[in-house]
Amino acid sequence: MAMWHVAHLVQRRRETATACTLVLAVDDWPGHVPGQHVDVRLTAPDGYQAERSYSISSAPDGNTVELTVQRVPDGEVSPYLIDVFSVGDPVEIRGPVGGWFVWRPTEPAPVLLVAGGSGIAPLMAMVRARRATGSGVPFRLIYSVRTDRDVYFADELRHRAADDQGLEISYVYTRQAPDGWPGQPHRIGPEDIRERGWPPEREPQCFVCGPTGLVEAVADSLVAVGHDAQRVKTERFGPTGG
Amino acid sequence: MTDQYIDGNMLAGPLREIFAVDLSAASEQCATCGSTRPFAALRVYSHAPGLVARCPDCEEVVLRLVRTPTSGWLDLRGAVFLRVPLPALAPPVL
Ligand SMILES: Cc1cc2nc3c(=O)[nH]c(=O)nc-3n(C[C@H](O)[C@H](O)[C@H](O)COP(=O)(O)OP(=O)(O)OC[C@H]3O[C@@H](n4cnc5c(N)ncnc54)[C@H](O)[C@@H]3O)c2cc1C
Ligand SMILES: [Zn+2]
Repeated sequence: MAMWHVAHLVQRRRETATACTLVLAVDDWPGHVPGQHVDVRLTAPDGYQAERSYSISSAPDGNTVELTVQRVPDGEVSPYLIDVFSVGDPVEIRGPVGGWFVWRPTEPAPVLLVAGGSGIAPLMAMVRARRATGSGVPFRLIYSVRTDRDVYFADELRHRAADDQGLEISYVYTRQAPDGWPGQPHRIGPEDIRERGWPPEREPQCFVCGPTGLVEAVADSLVAVGHDAQRVKTERFGPTGG
Repeated sequence: MTDQYIDGNMLAGPLREIFAVDLSAASEQCATCGSTRPFAALRVYSHAPGLVARCPDCEEVVLRLVRTPTSGWLDLRGAVFLRVPLPALAPPVL
């Protein structure tokens, strides 16, 4: 069916020790809305196929699509994409798909983004699209990581926090906080949401993405703090990786 | 350990093989408990044979989708309706 496209790897960028960004060139790519994902299909020589979903981490940009993949150590697809899949190799992708977990630059409401680990991927597409379209919509990003070595897009986020007016970024460390960070390592909870998010009266759109456990906890916190569940959109990536 | 599930969002790709529209932007009403929600908010269990989507309120099965090499088998008995956003109808030409 026409929704499957053949994509070729043109570049690979390392994000952390366990994750990298794959830059794919896709013929006839119809474009995407920030927050959408694709399904990646691998076919073995014997015909066996495996399919997994990956969010698009790049802003819409011609025929290029970027996916940011975290290695699940005993996984079937992610170690292949990170270790074996090489520049020039083809892969099949279906999409873009998903019309719900998306941010459209024409929407005026302030935005709260909450990411855990690789859950930053679709939220990064939103942050990048905000800049690319010159949107002045205020954004707050709360990013939960184990340590500061686990931050994806670390350099870019540092620059954007300084240069993109109206974008505020804060981090929550679950294992080890860097020197000078106020507070102890902890899992993100209602306090973080209250202090670093928007007050419910601002009626922000909230996008929460990451491992299922984090998404549940954050979505519950948002509602507990007073946000309307209708404005809380979630994308669960699967089991919590520990 | 709690059950492992992901969002209805992930059904968008598999269902596009069957339907012409993006069902992740649609809403459904659960046949068991009557609650209505975005399709994307269903809980999808992807390690059963095929995909099983359950209602987050009553946990009953709303949809099952099994893909075989030559067909797609979609069981929607757990849903009363699907409401799909469509482009505005053009005004009648007088
Ligand atoms: C809509 C959507 C978007 C997604 N976007 C991204 C993305 O942008 N980047 C990304 O890295 N992943 C993303 N994922 C997760 C991705 O689809 C795969 O589930 C993940 O890469 C693992 O696949 P695998 O084949 O390597 O592991 P599998 O072979 O499927 O699993 C192997 C083992 O790891 C466990 N496991 C499975 N998934 C995870 C996980 N995510 N974390 C920890 N343990 C896991 C399983 O329970 C199993 O024990 C997304 C998922 C969805 C539904
Ligand atoms: Zn129900």
